Amino acid sequence: MKKLLPKTIFILLILAIWQFLFQLNIWPDFLFPSPQMVMITLIEGFKDGTFTFAITASFKRLLIGYSISLLFGLMLGVLIASFQLIEDTIGPFILALQSVPSVVWLPLALLWFSMGEKAIIFVVVLGGTWNMVINASTGIKNVQPVLIKAAKTMGVNKIQLFWKVILPAAVPHLITGMRLSWAFSWRALMAGELIGSGDGLGQILMWGRDMGNMSLVITVILLIGSIGYLTDNYLFKKAETVVLNRWGLNN
Amino acid sequence: MNLLNIKDLNKNFKQENENKLEVLKGINLKIKEKEFISFIGPSGCGKSTLLNILAGLIPASSGQVMLKNKLIQNPGNDRVMVFQEAALFPWLTVIENVLFGLKIKKIDKKKAYQKALDQLEAVQLKNFKDSYPHQLSGGMKQRVAIARALVIDPEILLMDEPFGALDEQTRLMLHRQLIKLWQDTEKTIVFVTHNIREAVKLSDRIIVFGSNPGRIVEEFKIDIPQPRDRENPTLIRLENKILKLLEKEIKKQGEKKYEKIAT
Ligand SMILES: Nc1ncnc2c1ncn2[C@@H]1O[C@H](COP(=O)(O)OP(=O)(O)O)[C@@H](O)[C@H]1O
Ligand SMILES: [Mg+2]
Repeated sequence: MKKLLPKTIFILLILAIWQFLFQLNIWPDFLFPSPQMVMITLIEGFKDGTFTFAITASFKRLLIGYSISLLFGLMLGVLIASFQLIEDTIGPFILALQSVPSVVWLPLALLWFSMGEKAIIFVVVLGGTWNMVINASTGIKNVQPVLIKAAKTMGVNKIQLFWKVILPAAVPHLITGMRLSWAFSWRALMAGELIGSGDGLGQILMWGRDMGNMSLVITVILLIGSIGYLTDNYLFKKAETVVLNRWGLNN
Repeated sequence: MNLLNIKDLNKNFKQENENKLEVLKGINLKIKEKEFISFIGPSGCGKSTLLNILAGLIPASSGQVMLKNKLIQNPGNDRVMVFQEAALFPWLTVIENVLFGLKIKKIDKKKAYQKALDQLEAVQLKNFKDSYPHQLSGGMKQRVAIARALVIDPEILLMDEPFGALDEQTRLMLHRQLIKLWQDTEKTIVFVTHNIREAVKLSDRIIVFGSNPGRIVEEFKIDIPQPRDRENPTLIRLENKILKLLEKEIKKQGEKKYEKIAT
């Protein structure tokens, strides 16, 4: 709560500068809208359901792509952690893939799936998977050996060892992987929606550009940023804190 | 009756430079049922390695370990191990930790829960059954670890410096609890420690190890009934005797290292 005051002052300052620049009239209104114009666009957009609709559409794609990413990521991570040969061969490849920005996949997606849902989801999956792979394999490889020994002397078989000990012990890393994977999926989704047709947030953004409606463009950018920030701070960071506490890793 | 029979056991580890590291050499030892036996020796002499072999966690290089008439090759819940680090599962509550081995054993849910509860009562932690490990002190964690092992009802309890990380007061309290548990359950306990006083206080028999390679140097029987008085002159004399013996072993080891450097 104490931090609320500086935050508020900072936002007010930004708005003031923005308003000041607007009033200098350097650029025409449609290229450089005022805070008030953006505010109106935001309210109207929610009132007539455009934004709610777009956010729902985007989230639907995101959830599909993100789920596939997590599943792929976890499976690959487990394989890499379990077999040295796979680690030596696929490991560096994954690191390389992870450094490729999602936009790069767009041409490929367009050629393979043309401009549809599938193309966007393809890009989201390629955006989200690699961080999950890396964190899952790190988590599994770093399980404390003493936990594995303890479980073994208590009579677990290989399958029980994996499900009841290794996987839960890796949860702190898995949560981090899920968080990064979500952030990257979200960025990839926005990139993907810029080209595909349809009704997501990214597409409204492009539509705003085509219409020359900068106020709409800025509003959507604000929305994209806010959603990313809120999910990261209020969903994943919270989950991470709970897990790190429970796993005794927070001291 | 002999419960565990270790015969001509050797253990080598391969080192990076392809040389073999001889960790245990020619270990012969019989452990009786219901015996409380301690291994003591300089650090690095192979006590943990031997315990791991008894647990079936690692194989011996040669020789064998028989549990009754069964050759030990794999881990099994007839030989449960307690570690210095407690090694509780942090994502499980105290009672869930204690239930872990029972679930693996596929014991009926209700029965298992009652057993776990009784075992927690025996280590005086029933009130903490829904706590998570990170909320417990070191001594409490170790008590949960002991409960988690005993509830499985193993033939042997293997303990690798279980109280090594605890403060003196907690350690003394845990000694009393462990002796009581040992008397109530009549388990065989193999106890590794580097604390001579601890070994003298708890054990029926103490095996003193020397190092490079790890081998049995001497063993001492202690017939004094439990609970033992710390001031007992026989115990104090024994403590000093073992101390001298260990000092000699450690000195020998130092000289050997020195020789290696010199040549
Ligand atoms: N997995 C291993 N690989 C190679 N050397 C090992 C391994 N485990 C133990 N050692 C070596 O074996 C020796 C005995 O170790 P350990 O049994 O832990 O001794 P202690 O428990 O008596 O202190 C040490 O020199 C240690 O470095
Ligand atoms: Mg040791």
